[in-house]
Amino acid sequence: MPPERTHPDAGTVTIDGKQYASLAYPMREVGALIDAKAVHGGRSAYNHLLCLAQTNNLPRRRVGEVLELVGLSEVGRKRTKGFSLGMSQRLGIAGTLLGDPALLMFDEPVNGLDPEGILWIRNLMKALAAEGRTVFVSSHLMSEMEHTADHLIVIGRGQLLADCTMDEFIARSSGQTVRVATPQPDLLAKAVAEAGGTVITGGDAAGADGNGALTVGGLVAAQVGDIAFEHGVRLHELTVGRASLEAAFMELTADSVEYRAEGQPPAPGQPPAPELAAQGQGQYAQRQGQYRNEGGI
Amino acid sequence: MAATTQTRETRPPVLPPPTGRAGFGGTLRSEFTKIRSVRSTYWTLLALLAVSIGIGAAISGGTAANWSHTSAADRATFDPTQASVAGLFYLGQLVIVVLGAMVLTAEYSTGMIRTSLTAMPRRIVMYAAKVVVFACVAIVVTLIAAFIAFFLGQALLASTHDNATLSQPNVLRAVIGSALYVTVCGLFAFAAGAILRHTAAAITSVIGLLFVIPILAHLLPSSWYQDLERWLPDAAGRALSVTVGPQPGHLFSPWGQFSVFAVYTVILLVVGAVLFRNRDA
Repeated sequence: MPPERTHPDAGTVTIDGKQYASLAYPMREVGALIDAKAVHGGRSAYNHLLCLAQTNNLPRRRVGEVLELVGLSEVGRKRTKGFSLGMSQRLGIAGTLLGDPALLMFDEPVNGLDPEGILWIRNLMKALAAEGRTVFVSSHLMSEMEHTADHLIVIGRGQLLADCTMDEFIARSSGQTVRVATPQPDLLAKAVAEAGGTVITGGDAAGADGNGALTVGGLVAAQVGDIAFEHGVRLHELTVGRASLEAAFMELTADSVEYRAEGQPPAPGQPPAPELAAQGQGQYAQRQGQYRNEGGI
Repeated sequence: MAATTQTRETRPPVLPPPTGRAGFGGTLRSEFTKIRSVRSTYWTLLALLAVSIGIGAAISGGTAANWSHTSAADRATFDPTQASVAGLFYLGQLVIVVLGAMVLTAEYSTGMIRTSLTAMPRRIVMYAAKVVVFACVAIVVTLIAAFIAFFLGQALLASTHDNATLSQPNVLRAVIGSALYVTVCGLFAFAAGAILRHTAAAITSVIGLLFVIPILAHLLPSSWYQDLERWLPDAAGRALSVTVGPQPGHLFSPWGQFSVFAVYTVILLVVGAVLFRNRDA
Protein backbone atom coordinates (compact mmCIF):
# COMPACT_ATOMS: atom_id res chain seq x y z
CA MET A 1 0.00 0.00 0.00
CA PRO A 2 2.66 2.62 0.75
CA PRO A 3 3.41 4.24 -2.57
CA GLU A 4 6.90 3.56 -3.86
CA ARG A 5 8.37 2.52 -0.57
CA THR A 6 8.58 -1.11 -1.40
CA HIS A 7 8.45 -3.00 -4.64
CA PRO A 8 5.39 -5.27 -4.79
CA ASP A 9 5.99 -9.02 -5.05
CA ALA A 10 3.19 -9.14 -7.58
CA GLY A 11 0.66 -6.83 -9.12
CA THR A 12 0.74 -3.10 -9.56
CA VAL A 13 -0.45 -0.04 -7.67
CA THR A 14 -1.95 2.70 -9.80
CA ILE A 15 -3.40 6.10 -9.00
CA ASP A 16 -5.79 7.37 -11.64
CA GLY A 17 -4.31 4.69 -13.84
CA LYS A 18 -0.73 5.86 -13.34
CA GLN A 19 2.17 4.40 -11.42
CA TYR A 20 2.97 6.51 -8.39
CA ALA A 21 6.57 7.08 -9.48
CA SER A 22 5.47 8.46 -12.84
CA LEU A 23 3.10 11.10 -11.45
CA ALA A 24 4.25 14.58 -12.49
CA TYR A 25 3.97 15.94 -8.94
CA PRO A 26 3.30 13.03 -6.54
CA MET A 27 2.61 15.32 -3.58
CA ARG A 28 -0.07 17.19 -5.51
CA GLU A 29 -1.90 13.93 -6.23
CA VAL A 30 -1.48 11.85 -3.09
CA GLY A 31 -0.65 12.68 0.49
CA ALA A 32 0.35 9.51 2.31
CA LEU A 33 1.27 9.24 5.97
CA ILE A 34 2.54 5.78 6.77
CA ASP A 35 4.91 6.32 9.68
CA ALA A 36 4.88 9.63 11.53
CA LYS A 37 8.24 8.83 13.14
CA ALA A 38 9.98 8.48 9.76
CA VAL A 39 11.72 11.86 10.06
CA HIS A 40 15.27 12.96 10.81
CA GLY A 41 15.04 14.04 14.44
CA GLY A 42 17.87 16.54 14.10
CA ARG A 43 15.99 18.64 11.58
CA SER A 44 13.45 21.29 12.54
CA ALA A 45 9.79 20.79 11.62
CA TYR A 46 10.01 23.72 9.24
CA ASN A 47 13.09 22.42 7.42
CA HIS A 48 11.66 18.90 7.31
CA LEU A 49 8.58 20.17 5.50
CA LEU A 50 10.65 22.54 3.35
CA CYS A 51 12.84 19.77 1.98
CA LEU A 52 9.73 17.74 1.11
CA ALA A 53 8.03 20.72 -0.53
CA GLN A 54 11.09 21.56 -2.61
CA THR A 55 11.14 18.15 -4.29
CA ASN A 56 7.73 18.93 -5.81
CA ASN A 57 8.48 22.60 -6.56
CA LEU A 58 5.88 23.69 -4.01
CA PRO A 59 6.13 27.29 -2.84
CA ARG A 60 7.92 27.91 0.46
CA ARG A 61 4.84 29.68 1.90
CA ARG A 62 3.00 26.31 1.93
CA VAL A 63 5.29 25.16 4.74
CA GLY A 64 4.09 27.97 7.00
CA GLU A 65 0.50 27.37 5.94
CA VAL A 66 0.43 23.67 6.77
CA LEU A 67 2.27 24.23 10.05
CA GLU A 68 -0.47 26.71 10.94
CA LEU A 69 -3.15 24.24 9.83
CA VAL A 70 -1.93 21.48 12.14
CA GLY A 71 -1.17 23.85 15.01
CA LEU A 72 2.61 23.47 15.02
CA SER A 73 3.57 27.06 14.07
CA GLU A 74 5.08 27.75 17.45
CA VAL A 75 7.39 24.74 17.39
CA GLY A 76 8.20 24.94 13.67
CA ARG A 77 11.79 25.91 14.37
CA LYS A 78 12.30 23.20 17.00
CA ARG A 79 14.04 19.97 16.15
CA THR A 80 11.57 17.10 15.82
CA LYS A 81 13.60 14.83 18.13
CA GLY A 82 11.66 16.14 21.13
CA PHE A 83 8.22 15.85 19.56
CA SER A 84 5.54 13.74 21.24
CA LEU A 85 3.72 11.11 19.21
CA GLY A 86 0.81 13.51 18.78
CA MET A 87 3.09 16.28 17.52
CA SER A 88 4.83 13.87 15.15
CA GLN A 89 1.45 12.75 13.86
CA ARG A 90 0.52 16.40 13.24
CA LEU A 91 3.82 16.98 11.46
CA GLY A 92 3.24 13.94 9.28
CA ILE A 93 -0.22 15.15 8.38
CA ALA A 94 1.18 18.60 7.59
CA GLY A 95 3.53 16.88 5.14
CA THR A 96 0.66 15.14 3.37
CA LEU A 97 -1.19 18.45 2.94
CA LEU A 98 1.75 20.36 1.41
CA GLY A 99 0.70 19.54 -2.14
CA ASP A 100 -3.04 20.05 -1.45
CA PRO A 101 -3.79 16.56 -2.84
CA ALA A 102 -7.24 15.20 -3.69
CA LEU A 103 -6.33 11.82 -2.23
CA LEU A 104 -5.06 11.30 1.30
CA MET A 105 -3.93 8.08 2.93
CA PHE A 106 -3.43 7.74 6.66
CA ASP A 107 -2.20 4.54 8.27
CA GLU A 108 -3.46 4.10 11.82
CA PRO A 109 -3.64 7.86 12.39
CA VAL A 110 -5.02 7.76 15.93
CA ASN A 111 -2.85 5.01 17.38
CA GLY A 112 -1.26 6.08 20.61
CA LEU A 113 -2.86 9.50 20.71
CA ASP A 114 -4.50 11.18 23.67
CA PRO A 115 -8.27 11.89 23.53
CA GLU A 116 -7.68 15.48 22.44
CA GLY A 117 -5.43 14.32 19.60
CA ILE A 118 -7.93 11.67 18.50
CA LEU A 119 -10.71 14.26 18.39
CA TRP A 120 -8.50 16.63 16.42
CA ILE A 121 -7.58 14.02 13.81
CA ARG A 122 -11.19 12.85 13.53
CA ASN A 123 -12.40 16.41 12.90
CA LEU A 124 -9.55 17.12 10.50
CA MET A 125 -10.31 14.01 8.45
CA LYS A 126 -13.97 14.99 8.29
CA ALA A 127 -13.07 18.52 7.24
CA LEU A 128 -10.68 17.24 4.56
CA ALA A 129 -13.41 14.96 3.20
CA ALA A 130 -15.94 17.80 3.28
CA GLU A 131 -13.55 19.79 1.10
CA GLY A 132 -14.04 17.13 -1.53
CA ARG A 133 -11.01 14.95 -0.92
CA THR A 134 -10.93 11.20 -0.72
CA VAL A 135 -9.47 10.16 2.61
CA PHE A 136 -8.27 6.59 3.00
CA VAL A 137 -7.78 5.51 6.59
CA SER A 138 -6.47 2.12 7.58
CA SER A 139 -7.15 1.19 11.15
CA HIS A 140 -7.92 -1.60 13.56
CA LEU A 141 -9.97 0.64 15.83
CA MET A 142 -13.49 -0.47 15.00
CA SER A 143 -15.45 1.92 17.14
CA GLU A 144 -13.37 4.86 15.92
CA MET A 145 -13.98 3.98 12.29
CA GLU A 146 -17.65 3.26 12.88
CA HIS A 147 -18.06 6.92 13.78
CA THR A 148 -15.95 8.44 11.03
CA ALA A 149 -15.89 6.30 7.89
CA ASP A 150 -18.57 6.35 5.18
CA HIS A 151 -17.19 3.59 3.06
CA LEU A 152 -15.39 0.40 3.95
CA ILE A 153 -12.88 -1.73 2.14
CA VAL A 154 -11.95 -4.94 3.90
CA ILE A 155 -8.92 -6.81 2.71
CA GLY A 156 -7.82 -10.11 4.17
CA ARG A 157 -4.88 -12.17 2.97
CA GLY A 158 -4.76 -10.24 -0.27
CA GLN A 159 -8.44 -10.84 -0.98
CA LEU A 160 -10.99 -8.05 -1.20
CA LEU A 161 -13.62 -9.15 1.33
CA ALA A 162 -15.90 -6.11 1.20
CA ASP A 163 -16.16 -2.81 -0.65
CA CYS A 164 -19.37 -1.04 0.34
CA THR A 165 -20.80 1.72 2.51
CA MET A 166 -20.67 1.45 6.27
CA ASP A 167 -24.48 1.02 6.48
CA GLU A 168 -24.53 -1.74 3.88
CA PHE A 169 -21.71 -3.52 5.61
CA ILE A 170 -23.46 -3.56 8.96
CA ALA A 171 -26.89 -4.33 7.51
CA ARG A 172 -25.39 -7.33 5.73
CA SER A 173 -24.43 -8.84 9.05
CA SER A 174 -26.89 -11.16 10.74
CA GLY A 175 -26.16 -9.74 14.13
CA GLN A 176 -29.41 -7.79 14.39
CA THR A 177 -30.42 -7.39 18.05
CA VAL A 178 -33.35 -6.10 20.06
CA ARG A 179 -32.82 -4.04 23.17
CA VAL A 180 -35.46 -4.27 25.88
CA ALA A 181 -35.84 -2.45 29.18
CA THR A 182 -38.16 -4.04 31.69
CA PRO A 183 -38.68 -4.18 35.47
CA GLN A 184 -38.84 -7.99 35.20
CA PRO A 185 -35.71 -8.88 33.23
CA ASP A 186 -35.23 -12.37 34.68
CA LEU A 187 -38.77 -13.34 33.72
CA LEU A 188 -38.38 -12.05 30.19
CA ALA A 189 -34.96 -13.67 29.79
CA LYS A 190 -36.49 -17.05 30.59
CA ALA A 191 -39.38 -16.50 28.17
CA VAL A 192 -37.05 -15.39 25.38
CA ALA A 193 -34.88 -18.45 25.85
CA GLU A 194 -37.95 -20.73 25.68
CA ALA A 195 -38.97 -19.07 22.40
CA GLY A 196 -35.57 -19.83 20.85
CA GLY A 197 -33.97 -16.42 21.28
CA THR A 198 -30.64 -15.74 22.93
CA VAL A 199 -30.01 -13.23 25.66
CA ILE A 200 -26.72 -11.61 24.70
CA THR A 201 -26.43 -9.29 27.69
CA GLY A 202 -28.53 -8.61 30.78
CA GLY A 203 -31.23 -10.86 32.17
CA ASP A 204 -30.18 -10.41 35.78
CA ALA A 205 -31.97 -8.49 38.49
CA ALA A 206 -33.40 -5.04 37.84
CA GLY A 207 -31.06 -2.08 38.19
CA ALA A 208 -31.29 0.97 40.42
CA ASP A 209 -33.90 2.69 38.26
CA GLY A 210 -36.14 -0.35 38.57
CA ASN A 211 -35.43 -1.48 35.03
CA GLY A 212 -33.21 -4.23 33.69
CA ALA A 213 -31.85 -4.05 30.19
CA LEU A 214 -31.66 -7.06 27.90
CA THR A 215 -30.08 -7.40 24.51
CA VAL A 216 -31.79 -10.20 22.63
CA GLY A 217 -30.51 -11.90 19.51
CA GLY A 218 -32.21 -14.32 17.13
CA LEU A 219 -35.65 -12.69 17.38
CA VAL A 220 -37.10 -9.61 15.73
CA ALA A 221 -38.59 -6.77 17.77
CA ALA A 222 -42.22 -7.83 17.14
CA GLN A 223 -41.52 -11.34 18.45
CA VAL A 224 -39.95 -10.00 21.60
CA GLY A 225 -42.93 -7.66 22.16
CA ASP A 226 -45.38 -10.56 21.70
CA ILE A 227 -43.48 -12.79 24.10
CA ALA A 228 -43.54 -10.03 26.71
CA PHE A 229 -47.29 -9.55 26.25
CA GLU A 230 -48.02 -13.29 26.53
CA HIS A 231 -46.00 -13.53 29.75
CA GLY A 232 -47.42 -10.33 31.21
CA VAL A 233 -44.02 -8.64 31.31
CA ARG A 234 -44.18 -4.86 31.23
CA LEU A 235 -41.84 -3.23 28.73
CA HIS A 236 -40.42 0.26 29.17
CA GLU A 237 -38.31 0.22 26.06
CA LEU A 238 -38.10 -1.85 22.89
CA THR A 239 -35.45 -0.83 20.36
CA VAL A 240 -33.99 -2.46 17.27
CA GLY A 241 -30.25 -2.41 17.79
CA ARG A 242 -28.03 -2.32 14.79
CA ALA A 243 -25.00 -4.55 14.96
CA SER A 244 -21.73 -2.90 15.77
CA LEU A 245 -19.06 -2.63 13.10
CA GLU A 246 -16.93 -4.89 15.25
CA ALA A 247 -19.58 -7.61 15.31
CA ALA A 248 -20.12 -7.33 11.58
CA PHE A 249 -16.39 -7.40 10.93
CA MET A 250 -15.83 -10.45 13.10
CA GLU A 251 -18.66 -12.26 11.36
CA LEU A 252 -17.21 -11.47 7.94
CA THR A 253 -13.69 -12.52 8.82
CA ALA A 254 -14.89 -15.61 10.66
CA ASP A 255 -16.50 -16.67 7.36
CA SER A 256 -13.24 -16.16 5.58
CA VAL A 257 -11.44 -18.28 8.18
CA GLU A 258 -13.89 -21.13 7.59
CA TYR A 259 -13.50 -20.75 3.86
CA ARG A 260 -9.72 -20.89 4.14
CA ALA A 261 -9.88 -23.96 6.34
CA GLU A 262 -11.92 -25.84 3.71
CA GLY A 263 -10.00 -24.55 0.73
CA GLN A 264 -6.29 -24.36 0.25
CA PRO A 265 -4.81 -22.79 3.34
CA PRO A 266 -2.01 -20.31 2.79
CA ALA A 267 1.34 -21.18 4.28
CA PRO A 268 1.45 -20.29 7.97
CA GLY A 269 3.08 -16.98 8.70
CA GLN A 270 2.72 -15.81 5.13
CA PRO A 271 1.97 -12.11 5.29
CA PRO A 272 -1.12 -10.75 3.63
CA ALA A 273 -0.35 -8.98 0.39
CA PRO A 274 -2.88 -6.20 0.20
CA GLU A 275 -3.25 -4.53 -3.15
CA LEU A 276 -5.03 -1.28 -3.45
CA ALA A 277 -6.04 0.52 -6.62
CA ALA A 278 -7.36 3.92 -5.72
CA GLN A 279 -9.38 5.58 -8.41
CA GLY A 280 -9.54 9.33 -8.10
CA GLN A 281 -12.89 10.19 -6.61
CA GLY A 282 -12.04 13.66 -5.44
CA GLN A 283 -15.13 15.27 -6.89
CA TYR A 284 -17.31 13.54 -4.30
CA ALA A 285 -17.14 14.21 -0.64
CA GLN A 286 -16.52 10.73 0.47
CA ARG A 287 -14.77 9.16 3.35
CA GLN A 288 -13.43 5.73 3.18
CA GLY A 289 -12.27 3.56 5.97
CA GLN A 290 -10.15 0.67 5.03
CA TYR A 291 -10.12 -2.30 7.30
CA ARG A 292 -7.38 -4.77 7.18
CA ASN A 293 -7.86 -8.25 8.39
CA GLU A 294 -4.41 -9.15 9.51
CA GLY A 295 -5.38 -12.80 9.43
CA GLY A 296 -4.87 -15.40 12.09
CA ILE A 297 -8.27 -14.86 13.70
CA MET B 1 -22.32 7.74 -0.52
CA ALA B 2 -22.07 11.10 -2.17
CA ALA B 3 -23.94 12.77 0.65
CA THR B 4 -22.24 16.06 -0.05
CA THR B 5 -21.80 16.97 -3.67
CA GLN B 6 -19.53 19.93 -3.10
CA THR B 7 -16.92 19.83 -5.80
CA ARG B 8 -13.24 20.53 -5.47
CA GLU B 9 -13.59 23.52 -7.72
CA THR B 10 -15.61 25.43 -5.13
CA ARG B 11 -12.61 25.54 -2.83
CA PRO B 12 -10.18 28.31 -3.70
CA PRO B 13 -6.97 26.78 -5.03
CA VAL B 14 -4.11 27.07 -2.59
CA LEU B 15 -1.44 26.31 -5.17
CA PRO B 16 -0.71 27.69 -8.60
CA PRO B 17 -1.55 25.25 -11.39
CA PRO B 18 1.25 22.74 -11.94
CA THR B 19 3.55 23.00 -14.91
CA GLY B 20 6.19 20.49 -15.92
CA ARG B 21 7.03 17.81 -13.44
CA ALA B 22 8.98 17.27 -10.24
CA GLY B 23 12.57 16.77 -11.30
CA PHE B 24 16.24 17.33 -10.64
CA GLY B 25 16.15 21.07 -9.88
CA GLY B 26 13.70 20.86 -7.02
CA THR B 27 15.31 17.71 -5.65
CA LEU B 28 18.68 19.48 -5.70
CA ARG B 29 17.24 22.33 -3.60
CA SER B 30 15.65 19.75 -1.29
CA GLU B 31 18.92 17.91 -0.78
CA PHE B 32 20.72 21.17 -0.07
CA THR B 33 18.06 21.98 2.55
CA LYS B 34 18.61 18.55 4.07
CA ILE B 35 22.38 18.84 4.34
CA ARG B 36 22.35 22.41 5.70
CA SER B 37 19.60 21.78 8.26
CA VAL B 38 21.27 19.19 10.49
CA ARG B 39 23.94 20.00 13.03
CA SER B 40 26.12 16.99 12.20
CA THR B 41 27.03 18.63 8.88
CA TYR B 42 28.44 21.68 10.66
CA TRP B 43 30.29 19.67 13.28
CA THR B 44 31.86 17.45 10.65
CA LEU B 45 32.92 20.32 8.41
CA LEU B 46 34.27 22.24 11.40
CA ALA B 47 36.28 19.17 12.38
CA LEU B 48 37.57 18.92 8.81
CA LEU B 49 38.78 22.53 8.86
CA ALA B 50 40.26 22.11 12.33
CA VAL B 51 42.34 19.00 11.55
CA SER B 52 43.40 20.24 8.12
CA ILE B 53 44.54 23.66 9.26
CA GLY B 54 45.71 22.61 12.73
CA ILE B 55 47.83 19.63 11.70
CA GLY B 56 49.26 21.51 8.72
CA ALA B 57 50.21 24.41 11.00
CA ALA B 58 51.71 22.06 13.60
CA ILE B 59 53.92 20.29 11.05
CA SER B 60 54.97 23.55 9.38
CA GLY B 61 55.61 25.35 12.67
CA GLY B 62 57.51 22.38 14.11
CA THR B 63 59.67 22.08 11.02
CA ALA B 64 60.47 25.81 11.09
CA ALA B 65 61.40 25.67 14.78
CA ASN B 66 63.71 22.71 14.14
CA TRP B 67 65.17 24.01 10.90
CA SER B 68 68.59 24.92 12.31
CA HIS B 69 69.07 21.29 13.43
CA THR B 70 67.89 19.85 10.11
CA SER B 71 70.53 18.21 7.93
CA ALA B 72 71.18 19.46 4.41
CA ALA B 73 69.91 16.16 2.99
CA ASP B 74 66.65 16.44 4.90
CA ARG B 75 66.31 20.07 3.87
CA ALA B 76 66.68 19.06 0.22
CA THR B 77 63.88 16.51 0.38
CA PHE B 78 61.58 18.61 2.57
CA ASP B 79 58.33 19.31 0.76
CA PRO B 80 56.80 22.47 2.25
CA THR B 81 53.57 22.17 0.27
CA GLN B 82 52.97 18.58 1.27
CA ALA B 83 53.76 19.42 4.90
CA SER B 84 51.17 22.20 4.99
CA VAL B 85 48.33 20.16 3.45
CA ALA B 86 49.19 16.82 5.13
CA GLY B 87 46.46 17.36 7.73
CA LEU B 88 43.88 17.59 4.99
CA PHE B 89 44.77 14.54 2.98
CA TYR B 90 45.75 12.28 5.89
CA LEU B 91 43.14 13.15 8.51
CA GLY B 92 40.64 15.21 6.52
CA GLN B 93 39.73 12.12 4.53
CA LEU B 94 38.74 10.37 7.76
CA VAL B 95 36.37 13.19 8.62
CA ILE B 96 34.85 13.54 5.15
CA VAL B 97 34.21 9.80 5.08
CA VAL B 98 31.85 10.23 8.04
CA LEU B 99 29.93 13.04 6.35
CA GLY B 100 29.80 11.29 2.98
CA ALA B 101 28.52 8.03 4.42
CA MET B 102 25.87 9.78 6.50
CA VAL B 103 24.32 11.62 3.56
CA LEU B 104 22.41 8.46 2.76
CA THR B 105 22.76 6.22 5.81
CA ALA B 106 21.27 8.86 8.14
CA GLU B 107 18.09 8.62 6.05
CA TYR B 108 17.98 4.88 6.71
CA SER B 109 18.78 5.08 10.42
CA THR B 110 16.12 7.74 11.06
CA GLY B 111 13.53 6.27 8.68
CA MET B 112 13.48 9.56 6.78
CA ILE B 113 14.16 7.66 3.55
CA ARG B 114 10.55 6.42 3.53
CA THR B 115 9.19 9.94 3.76
CA SER B 116 11.73 11.20 1.21
CA LEU B 117 10.80 8.53 -1.33
CA THR B 118 7.10 9.20 -0.88
CA ALA B 119 7.74 12.85 -1.77
CA MET B 120 10.17 12.05 -4.57
CA PRO B 121 9.59 8.51 -5.84
CA ARG B 122 12.01 8.84 -8.77
CA ARG B 123 14.90 7.32 -6.91
CA ILE B 124 17.73 7.90 -9.33
CA VAL B 125 16.86 11.62 -9.41
CA MET B 126 17.16 11.74 -5.63
CA TYR B 127 20.37 9.72 -5.62
CA ALA B 128 21.96 11.98 -8.23
CA ALA B 129 20.85 15.11 -6.35
CA LYS B 130 22.47 13.77 -3.18
CA VAL B 131 25.73 13.07 -5.01
CA VAL B 132 25.83 16.55 -6.59
CA VAL B 133 24.95 18.43 -3.40
CA PHE B 134 27.45 16.51 -1.31
CA ALA B 135 30.19 16.86 -3.93
CA CYS B 136 29.63 20.64 -4.15
CA VAL B 137 29.66 21.10 -0.37
CA ALA B 138 32.73 18.88 -0.03
CA ILE B 139 34.77 20.54 -2.80
CA VAL B 140 34.04 24.05 -1.49
CA VAL B 141 34.99 23.18 2.08
CA THR B 142 38.06 21.13 1.16
CA LEU B 143 39.35 23.88 -1.14
CA ILE B 144 38.92 26.42 1.65
CA ALA B 145 40.72 24.05 4.03
CA ALA B 146 43.49 23.37 1.49
CA PHE B 147 44.23 27.02 0.76
CA ILE B 148 44.06 28.18 4.38
CA ALA B 149 46.31 25.29 5.43
CA PHE B 150 48.73 26.06 2.59
CA PHE B 151 49.02 29.81 3.24
CA LEU B 152 49.20 29.40 7.01
CA GLY B 153 51.79 26.65 6.66
CA GLN B 154 53.96 28.69 4.28
CA ALA B 155 53.74 31.72 6.58
CA LEU B 156 55.00 29.56 9.44
CA LEU B 157 57.77 28.19 7.21
CA ALA B 158 58.85 31.66 6.04
CA SER B 159 61.82 31.71 8.43
CA THR B 160 63.32 28.66 6.66
CA HIS B 161 63.32 30.48 3.30
CA ASP B 162 62.29 27.07 1.93
CA ASN B 163 58.59 27.93 1.85
CA ALA B 164 56.56 27.37 -1.31
CA THR B 165 54.48 29.74 -3.42
CA LEU B 166 51.60 28.86 -5.71
CA SER B 167 53.59 29.89 -8.77
CA GLN B 168 56.21 27.18 -8.17
CA PRO B 169 55.90 24.00 -10.22
CA ASN B 170 53.37 21.40 -8.97
CA VAL B 171 52.35 23.48 -5.94
CA LEU B 172 48.91 24.54 -7.17
CA ARG B 173 48.29 20.96 -8.33
CA ALA B 174 49.18 19.66 -4.88
CA VAL B 175 46.88 22.11 -3.07
CA ILE B 176 43.86 21.66 -5.36
CA GLY B 177 44.61 17.97 -5.81
CA SER B 178 44.50 17.38 -2.04
CA ALA B 179 41.07 18.99 -1.89
CA LEU B 180 39.86 16.90 -4.85
CA TYR B 181 41.26 13.72 -3.35
CA VAL B 182 39.47 14.31 -0.05
CA THR B 183 36.23 15.13 -1.89
CA VAL B 184 36.44 11.87 -3.82
CA CYS B 185 37.06 10.03 -0.52
CA GLY B 186 33.73 11.46 0.63
CA LEU B 187 31.97 10.28 -2.54
CA PHE B 188 33.58 6.85 -2.09
CA ALA B 189 32.05 6.74 1.40
CA PHE B 190 28.69 7.96 0.06
CA ALA B 191 28.64 5.05 -2.37
CA ALA B 192 29.61 2.62 0.41
CA GLY B 193 26.70 4.05 2.43
CA ALA B 194 24.32 3.45 -0.48
CA ILE B 195 25.49 -0.14 -0.77
CA LEU B 196 25.61 -0.99 2.96
CA ARG B 197 22.80 1.32 4.20
CA HIS B 198 24.38 1.43 7.64
CA THR B 199 26.50 4.30 8.96
CA ALA B 200 29.01 2.35 11.02
CA ALA B 201 29.42 -0.39 8.43
CA ALA B 202 30.03 2.14 5.66
CA ILE B 203 32.55 4.19 7.64
CA THR B 204 34.42 1.12 8.86
CA SER B 205 34.72 -0.47 5.45
CA VAL B 206 35.88 2.74 3.77
CA ILE B 207 38.50 3.35 6.45
CA GLY B 208 39.56 -0.25 5.96
CA LEU B 209 40.01 0.29 2.23
CA LEU B 210 41.74 3.67 2.52
CA PHE B 211 43.95 3.06 5.58
CA VAL B 212 44.22 -0.56 6.60
CA ILE B 213 44.74 -2.22 3.22
CA PRO B 214 47.68 0.11 2.37
CA ILE B 215 49.30 -0.77 5.71
CA LEU B 216 48.84 -4.48 5.09
CA ALA B 217 50.12 -4.07 1.55
CA HIS B 218 53.39 -2.73 2.97
CA LEU B 219 53.95 -6.13 4.57
CA LEU B 220 54.13 -7.75 1.13
CA PRO B 221 57.52 -8.34 -0.53
CA SER B 222 58.58 -4.97 -1.94
CA SER B 223 58.45 -6.03 -5.58
CA TRP B 224 54.83 -7.14 -5.10
CA TYR B 225 54.06 -3.94 -3.26
CA GLN B 226 55.47 -1.80 -6.08
CA ASP B 227 53.21 -3.58 -8.57
CA LEU B 228 50.23 -3.26 -6.28
CA GLU B 229 50.62 0.26 -4.90
CA ARG B 230 49.43 2.11 -7.99
CA TRP B 231 46.13 0.21 -7.81
CA LEU B 232 45.41 1.16 -4.19
CA PRO B 233 42.75 3.84 -3.73
CA ASP B 234 44.78 6.00 -1.35
CA ALA B 235 47.82 6.25 -3.68
CA ALA B 236 46.08 9.19 -5.36
CA GLY B 237 46.49 11.35 -2.28
CA ARG B 238 50.19 10.63 -1.96
CA ALA B 239 50.86 11.14 -5.67
CA LEU B 240 48.94 14.41 -5.89
CA SER B 241 50.47 16.10 -2.85
CA VAL B 242 54.13 15.58 -3.80
CA THR B 243 55.85 18.67 -5.18
CA VAL B 244 59.54 18.08 -4.42
CA GLY B 245 61.71 15.41 -5.97
CA PRO B 246 60.79 12.85 -8.58
CA GLN B 247 57.44 11.07 -8.59
CA PRO B 248 57.96 7.55 -7.19
CA GLY B 249 58.68 5.43 -10.23
CA HIS B 250 56.14 2.72 -9.55
CA LEU B 251 53.19 5.12 -9.37
CA PHE B 252 51.27 6.59 -12.30
CA SER B 253 51.42 10.37 -12.83
CA PRO B 254 49.54 12.36 -10.15
CA TRP B 255 46.42 12.81 -12.29
CA GLY B 256 46.70 9.26 -13.59
CA GLN B 257 46.76 8.05 -10.01
CA PHE B 258 43.77 10.30 -9.26
CA SER B 259 41.95 8.77 -12.22
CA VAL B 260 42.40 5.27 -10.77
CA PHE B 261 40.69 6.37 -7.56
CA ALA B 262 38.01 8.28 -9.48
CA VAL B 263 37.19 5.21 -11.57
CA TYR B 264 36.83 3.07 -8.42
CA THR B 265 34.53 5.70 -6.98
CA VAL B 266 32.39 5.95 -10.11
CA ILE B 267 32.03 2.16 -10.18
CA LEU B 268 30.91 2.14 -6.53
CA LEU B 269 28.53 5.04 -7.16
CA VAL B 270 26.92 3.17 -10.06
CA VAL B 271 26.59 -0.03 -8.00
CA GLY B 272 25.06 2.06 -5.18
CA ALA B 273 22.62 3.70 -7.61
CA VAL B 274 21.45 0.37 -9.01
CA LEU B 275 20.93 -1.06 -5.51
CA PHE B 276 19.22 2.13 -4.34
CA ARG B 277 16.80 1.94 -7.25
CA ASN B 278 15.97 -1.73 -6.89
CA ARG B 279 15.89 -2.38 -3.17
CA ASP B 280 12.98 -1.76 -0.82
CA ALA B 281 13.42 1.28 1.36
